[in-house]
Amino acid sequence: MPFVAATRSVGRAGLFTLSVLRASKPTADFLRELVREIYKIGARSLPIIAVGGAFVGLSVTLLGYRALDTYGAANQVSAMLGLGLYRELGPVLTALLFIGRAGSSIAAELGLMRATDQITALGLMAIDPVGKAVAPRFWAAVLCVPLLTAFFCSLAISASYFEAVHVIGVESGVFWQVLKDSVDFGKDFAMAFAKAAVFGAVAALVAAYVGFHAEPTIEGTSVATTKAVVNASLLVLMFNFVMSALLFR
Amino acid sequence: MDPNAPIVRLAGVRLDRGGRTVLRDIDLTVPRGQVVAVLGPSGSGKSTLLAALTGELEPAAGTVEVLGRPVPRRMRDLLELRKGIGVLLQGNGLLTDLSAAENVALPLRTHTKLPRPVIDRLVRMKLHAVGLRAAADAFPRELSGGMARRVALARALALDPPLMLYDEPLTGLDPIASGVVMDLVRRLNDTLGLTSIVVTHHVHETLPVADHAIVIANGGIVFSGTSAQLQASTDPLVRQFLDGQPDGPIPFDAAPRGATVPEAA
Repeated sequence: MPFVAATRSVGRAGLFTLSVLRASKPTADFLRELVREIYKIGARSLPIIAVGGAFVGLSVTLLGYRALDTYGAANQVSAMLGLGLYRELGPVLTALLFIGRAGSSIAAELGLMRATDQITALGLMAIDPVGKAVAPRFWAAVLCVPLLTAFFCSLAISASYFEAVHVIGVESGVFWQVLKDSVDFGKDFAMAFAKAAVFGAVAALVAAYVGFHAEPTIEGTSVATTKAVVNASLLVLMFNFVMSALLFR
Repeated sequence: MDPNAPIVRLAGVRLDRGGRTVLRDIDLTVPRGQVVAVLGPSGSGKSTLLAALTGELEPAAGTVEVLGRPVPRRMRDLLELRKGIGVLLQGNGLLTDLSAAENVALPLRTHTKLPRPVIDRLVRMKLHAVGLRAAADAFPRELSGGMARRVALARALALDPPLMLYDEPLTGLDPIASGVVMDLVRRLNDTLGLTSIVVTHHVHETLPVADHAIVIANGGIVFSGTSAQLQASTDPLVRQFLDGQPDGPIPFDAAPRGATVPEAA
């Protein structure tokens, strides 16, 4: 009965989400763990986000220039980049890169904690394992993905500026003015961060759920890591469509 | 709580796991201050019994009382009960991203409001009690199996629990480390006024320090008495286990999944 199994799985994931929220208490221990996780999954993701952002900026600029130049609108390349980046590419690609880099590590760490009795030991010490091991990772992802999205977009725009102005020959002032005129602060810029926060939450919850409930074996950990990347990536793409449809009318 | 009341009491307990009955008709009373060895071959249900004492496994029938009250089912009450139980797991369960001292400090930081210097001092005392004060800053990956086991023991003792449960404390340890750990179990039990339940199949290392021994096999308790009585037992089932005979009333192969344990004769 795949439908029953799927419904049960969704219910369990919902209860897990509630337990994460309930276990999120801003104690000194929690904040210490949160800072450590922000460093581990946020700061250490910066290099791949930077490289990813720069190459996306270069690709979109090249693509946009070729298409727009046909209509004599090559100057509008920064508008295409800005809208595409803030509305779709920035949050989605940052979340996908984050899932590959940090989501997999969240699932693997929790899976190994399960396999090596660390989660059992926490419960036996009367310490809520969700509060200790999952909640800090969840909130670190919610905080980090929007910041990483900002970093991704900055790098993409910088790379695009370099290509558009110094290689293609678009006027520097025109590049910035068109970008500024086309991107709305509330509708585009702020929404990108709202989307990114939701994607961060989805990525962390999926990774933590499959890692936390992994079979306590090495194979179980490996399966959990794969599941985390595949399921979180698909969910981010689905959430992106739903949010885009609702937010950008 | 009555100081003379047993610290653990099981009456008519049946424990099921994975759809099959692992233990049935378990009656067990553990008085305070004793070291009790729960012995039995691998797969006999020793760890299942331990899981019932910590509330990880709910009995299918009967009552389990720990520290003078039934093991609660509500998670909040269960966590409260567990503050009074120290558990040394077979796999240690040390948090790998924390040092030995941080591991020992973890329950103190979580469950008490003691100031940092007091916690640091308590941690040093606990590590000293297990002979590992010098290894306070070492991470679990830097410790040998015996040392890691002792750090886990120090952590289990952090909140001064009246009841200590040891799940296969000698697995993977060499004879010297095994001797050190069992000596610690006895010494800590006497000096700190604990009650200890040691679940193991290492008979010869455990019996010298145990006040009382229980043997579990074929889904039930087949022997209960002192270590000396166990050594002198002529019961063929007990003898097979003690002497390590491959043939006898205890089947070597584990029961297939879904099978129930045979009814006691």
